[in-house]
Amino acid sequence: MSVTSTPHNDAVQSIVSNYRSRNQRRLLLLVGAVAALSITVMIDVMTGPASLTLQDVLSVIFNPSRASAQQKVIVWDLRLPIALMAICVGAMLGVAGAEMQTILNNPLADPFTLGLSSAASFGAALAIVLQWSLIPGAGVFFVTGNAFVMAMLTSLALYGFTRLRGVTPEAMILVGIAMLFTFNALLALLQYGASELQLAQIIFWQLGSLARASWDKVLICVIILAIVVPYFMSRSWSLTALRMGEEKAASLGVNVSFLRLSVLAGVSLLAAVAVSFVGAVAFVGLVGPHIARIIVGEDQRGFLPCSALAGALIMSGTSIASKAITPGVIYPIGMITSLIGIPFFVSLILSQRKRHWQ
Amino acid sequence: MTLIAHDISVSFGTRRVLKNAGFDAAQPGQLTALIGPNAAGKSTLFRTIAGLVKSDTGTIVLDDTDLSALTTQQRLRRICFMPQFFTANAALSVFDVVLMAQKQLAGWRVTDADMTAVATALDSANIGHLADAYIGELSGGQAQIVSVCQALIRKSDVYLFDEPTSALDLRHQLDVMSRIKTAMKQRNAIGIVALHDLNLAARYADHLLLIGSGRVLAQGSPKSVLSDPLIAQTYQVAIQTGTGPREELNVHAYAD
Ligand SMILES: Nc1ncnc2c1ncn2[C@@H]1O[C@H](COP(=O)(O)OP(=O)(O)O)[C@@H](O)[C@H]1O
Ligand SMILES: [Mg+2]
Repeated sequence: MSVTSTPHNDAVQSIVSNYRSRNQRRLLLLVGAVAALSITVMIDVMTGPASLTLQDVLSVIFNPSRASAQQKVIVWDLRLPIALMAICVGAMLGVAGAEMQTILNNPLADPFTLGLSSAASFGAALAIVLQWSLIPGAGVFFVTGNAFVMAMLTSLALYGFTRLRGVTPEAMILVGIAMLFTFNALLALLQYGASELQLAQIIFWQLGSLARASWDKVLICVIILAIVVPYFMSRSWSLTALRMGEEKAASLGVNVSFLRLSVLAGVSLLAAVAVSFVGAVAFVGLVGPHIARIIVGEDQRGFLPCSALAGALIMSGTSIASKAITPGVIYPIGMITSLIGIPFFVSLILSQRKRHWQ
Repeated sequence: MTLIAHDISVSFGTRRVLKNAGFDAAQPGQLTALIGPNAAGKSTLFRTIAGLVKSDTGTIVLDDTDLSALTTQQRLRRICFMPQFFTANAALSVFDVVLMAQKQLAGWRVTDADMTAVATALDSANIGHLADAYIGELSGGQAQIVSVCQALIRKSDVYLFDEPTSALDLRHQLDVMSRIKTAMKQRNAIGIVALHDLNLAARYADHLLLIGSGRVLAQGSPKSVLSDPLIAQTYQVAIQTGTGPREELNVHAYAD
């Protein structure tokens, strides 16, 4: 006799199979995003002054004996580092934004809107102009080290601020903007006494540019991502639980303050490294997670990778756009992401009440 | 296995919220209703038992184990606490919300057994049709049912439910209370439920624990506690008890 299925058994089975197919769809989506990313990277490498065909690019990478020396230089030394830097930085900012939004319980949070990016820029400028190192013995990384220390201090200040009672998400953003102005003013102060060379470097930070990408920097980004992202993933249930409120998370066994602080340290590291390499790129950490939230929801098992991929796609697209708008001119990427991000930001503020927050 | 609290005092700053509160052994398989007016300290007592708030004095003993000897994690494995308030605006599916409790927030691998357990829990709470919905899209009552479901899927020795029926309609109040009561019996677990509805408390609880301004004022069988003059004094109402058409204990309150 076959097993007779009761109505309850059927109901349970259909819930399980629905859940399975949801998960499969999510996985498929992530695979699709990775595929899309490899396409944008290809396009990114192809575009620019002296444009290459897809065949040129592929033969340089996979069949070097047939490619010309000039093409090799363009692909390996110039364009590939920039294209890869774009996706690394995009992923870093996407992840940083997603987790800031989660731990601060604020959908408007992102390294830029909360002033972390400008704090990091200021830290970097301290190193460039005054040669001050905030971490003794940081060596060649002292620019990045300074950026990290300033970003972390700003994070802690923001964290302290969230501990106050009755702080709305909008009020947090105002404090973030106050930070932004403060650090920009301090930066201007440093510019005043800077030499021409230093000035060029500072402006690079303010506008955001991929032009200084190199293989070394790509490698550092990959290492940082390889340290921070697995940590965040290992905390994914806890971070998901935190979305249901502090007390709920605590009752499920989450050490909320430790989680917040450790994630904030990770976020500061991501933001500081990204900023010290490409400057203050605005809004990627806001728009990336926002797209992820709409597509896969806020379960961290989908939200985290999807935010990273969305951030990477945005940056890769921006890198292409920065070369394609006016042939022969490469616009600063920070300008482009701001122009894309601001309408998003405003519409997010206006739609606050209807969304999944408050 | 029993749960006993003795001489618990808790302060926030200089304000004492619990004052030498304690209760007699809560028995396995039985349901205790924690009753008391607003701000009496019900939620604080629960948080203290769960270890989320540190007490200044007193001990809580579960089955010969002084709970202060356990880490917060260990303690929360044995004591399942459903808080009164939670943020229900997230884009998290009902299935995932219950799954996170089933997984005890650890491990990425979701086995067939996990999925079946969650689906069964949702189905028996009659919210199977909401499995894919985001909790942010549910009504307050539905979200509360999900929260109870999330608590009941955990396997613990003690279950603390802080006002699990406050947002529910009549039918669902009865559903949830009988589900909690049955679960305590089947698992031989200790259940404590904070309630404002004295009729619900009288109907489902084996014991009543009355708390007012941070002190435990009365405890015992529903009949004895509800007929204690202290209860009228604590709630500042006139109370009359009677017997309903099905032999159940009825409580009537009058404001004058
Ligand atoms: N975290 C806290 N900080 C300060 N006061 C608190 C805190 N939690 C509770 N209280 C105070 O303790 C008292 C008891 O609160 P609570 O236990 O929530 O009461 P109940 O759950 O019985 O309504 C209230 O006066 C409340 O204001
Ligand atoms: Mg309460």
